[in-house]
Amino acid sequence: MIDLLSGFIVELRNAGLPVSLTENLDAMTAISHIPLEDREAFKYALGATLVKNHAHWRSFETVFEVYFSLRGPEYNITDGDGSGDIDDFLRQMQDAQMKGEGNGGAGGMDQLTPEELMNILMNALMNGDQAMMRALARQAVQRFAGMEPGRPVGGTYYLYRTLRNLDLDGMSDKLMEASRQQVGGDLTKLEERLERDEYNHRIEQFKQEVEAEIRRRLVADRGAEAMAKTLRKPLPEDVEFMHASRDEMQNLKKALQPLTRKLAAKLARKRRHGRKGPLDFRNTVRHSLAYGGVPAEPKFKYPRPAKPELIVVADISGSVAAFARFTLMLVYALSNQFSKVRAFVFIDGIDEVTEYFKKTEDVSEAIQRINTEADVIWVDGHSDYGHAFEVFWEKWGKEINPKSSVILLGDARNNYHASQAWVIKEMKQKARKVYWLNPEPRSYWNTGDSIVGEYGVHTDGVFECRNLRQLEAFVEKLA
Amino acid sequence: MAPRFDSVQQVRDGLKAVNYLADDGIAGVAFLADRLGKPILVEGPAGTGKTQLAKSIAEMTGSRLIRLQCYEGLDESKALYEWNYKKQLLRIQADKNSDSWSDVHDDIFGDEFLLMRPLLEAITSEEPVVLLIDEVDRVEVETEALLLEILSEYQVSIPELGTITAKQIPMVFLTSNNTRELSEALKRRCLFLHVDYPQMDREKEIVLTKVEGITEMLADQIARIVRSIRQLDLKKSPSVSEALDWARTLVLLGIDSIDAEQAKETLHVLLKYQTDIAKAAKELSID
Ligand SMILES: Nc1ncnc2c1ncn2[C@@H]1O[C@H](COP(=O)(O)OP(=O)(O)OP(=O)(O)O)[C@@H](O)[C@H]1O
Ligand SMILES: [Mg+2]
Repeated sequence: MIDLLSGFIVELRNAGLPVSLTENLDAMTAISHIPLEDREAFKYALGATLVKNHAHWRSFETVFEVYFSLRGPEYNITDGDGSGDIDDFLRQMQDAQMKGEGNGGAGGMDQLTPEELMNILMNALMNGDQAMMRALARQAVQRFAGMEPGRPVGGTYYLYRTLRNLDLDGMSDKLMEASRQQVGGDLTKLEERLERDEYNHRIEQFKQEVEAEIRRRLVADRGAEAMAKTLRKPLPEDVEFMHASRDEMQNLKKALQPLTRKLAAKLARKRRHGRKGPLDFRNTVRHSLAYGGVPAEPKFKYPRPAKPELIVVADISGSVAAFARFTLMLVYALSNQFSKVRAFVFIDGIDEVTEYFKKTEDVSEAIQRINTEADVIWVDGHSDYGHAFEVFWEKWGKEINPKSSVILLGDARNNYHASQAWVIKEMKQKARKVYWLNPEPRSYWNTGDSIVGEYGVHTDGVFECRNLRQLEAFVEKLA
Repeated sequence: MAPRFDSVQQVRDGLKAVNYLADDGIAGVAFLADRLGKPILVEGPAGTGKTQLAKSIAEMTGSRLIRLQCYEGLDESKALYEWNYKKQLLRIQADKNSDSWSDVHDDIFGDEFLLMRPLLEAITSEEPVVLLIDEVDRVEVETEALLLEILSEYQVSIPELGTITAKQIPMVFLTSNNTRELSEALKRRCLFLHVDYPQMDREKEIVLTKVEGITEMLADQIARIVRSIRQLDLKKSPSVSEALDWARTLVLLGIDSIDAEQAKETLHVLLKYQTDIAKAAKELSID
């Protein structure tokens, strides 16, 4: 057990979770108070002691599943030294293989025809029968996944094979049809929607059961350590904007919300500190007691300094679109921290988009509209930083003043056009600060047609900004 | 000290008896906090029952709830203790000519002039106490340091009086809305509990328990609609407290089972932003 647990903690650290020694010890103590057969309590005991940031919970769960999925009475696996479990599993799997498609001897479910199996599944989904869904997931994996010990194939492949045989895509429609028959007529639109959401939720649960079953078998075959390694994914704050999968995008978006709240609070707080304001009478008197009532140590209140202005100029060409999207969202979420925020987007032409954000409260919608409506194409829709900057300077340059901070966003891949770097130089002279955020890895800078260095020398700094962690670090600097 | 709870299940049942519906995570972490004598840092979206959890644990264990509401600028004198300087001044005035300064000094820094604030009150209490440090993310990082000694040693040092040690280890809850990263030191000392929006079944139970006169049917519908709405990409998702407000509104209107029209007309109780209301109405085809 102790070995298993230390392996588990090593893997958490490998996955990027910051687990300290104290927390490690706390986890050990915690589980000594939990009855080992209570898998849920066991999981929460580890979670509460080891994971202090909710964004890391998903990574924790994955590692937990891998290391402890063989535990628990519902899977009939004894709490042995580990090797017994795996033998058991392999035997089970080989049995399944021998029996082939449902013509084997033992076990109720093994004898069902595929049609019967589908019917039972539909019923289980219809009634939300969790235990049955779990049993069916095991059966489906056994029948359809075609798992063989030692085969170097990923879990997604088995998942695909299993689900392909189950036709879950049509399932929600079938369930809806059955629902209508049950009530003997049409459902209202609202009922339709709620009913469908419920079925989709159950189907999703079932898929997760299938996935979990596949994972359990893979762990049994390959061992926890190897499995955990293949499943390792970057933490949300380390996912690269430019290469995020759709799923990761979704997560990133979720992570952005608390981040913006955090940053807004931090910026507001920061601005309040520093200079001294009027005398704080109560505080002064309180501290005077140490001097026998003489106010020898005057205390002051803090004033609120003026809010800065922010000007954002973002490349939204295909190569950096995802990045620009996040940054614009972030900037706008922070807009109440600045007296004025103006946003400009460009490809080879440039356009001001500040108004898009004002017209709607929905940032995603604003960005959607910017992408379709803003006038950012001048010749061919390939990035031309030089031309965009020139136009910017001509039209809006005079509005930059010593209160403005300018943030330029892009990879500075200029398709070998003229750089017009003088614009940035002029900008720097008029503005409070000029920063450049580059979503490319530093090692790519100034290679090929990237000329970030040419612009960068005129700024107050070029920052690598590939993920939330770096974006957050930058914004903290901003205030 | 004897543990307060025998099992996770007992925590869950006990909370239920005082109308708080916990899930495995909540009950499990509360159980452990007692066993390990550690504070719980509770985090999660607004209105999901973080504050209520502390209150309900207090009620369930028959403890006194002592609450420290945090805000920016909260300092020692509001959190821990303060010298009653008005009284002290009077004392100094009264003795102006008689005593030596050092006698007066010893005197005015005695118990009689000490004003207890929530933290000190919690650790000096004779009776069982639940300490709630609410919205701890609002104080400055420097102020967090104040909490550290108390949360790890259950003691307070007062320069003029020495160290005061707790008579009993209170259950401590810190809540956070995550508006800033709390210090690593603070997090290390706490058990971490993320309280998210409840699963549909639990939300239905909460509505049934908390809203008088509601039908099972309506509670079920509300929980389903709220779940569907939370899946949308909104400015602000409905919280448990908003779901409860909505349920109460519907009950007041005498509704047993909600239809599209009624849902549409009362959606503003559940959602705060006009754009969110429009989006939800459209998605649920009730616009
Ligand atoms: N699990 C639950 N059981 C019973 N009532 C609940 C539960 N969760 C939330 N509530 C009710 O929801 C309301 C909001 O709870 P509470 O004020 O504790 O939220 P909170 O998480 O502290 O919110 P905030 O972040 O805004 O401080 C309360 O009326 C509470 O009674
Ligand atoms: Mg609260």
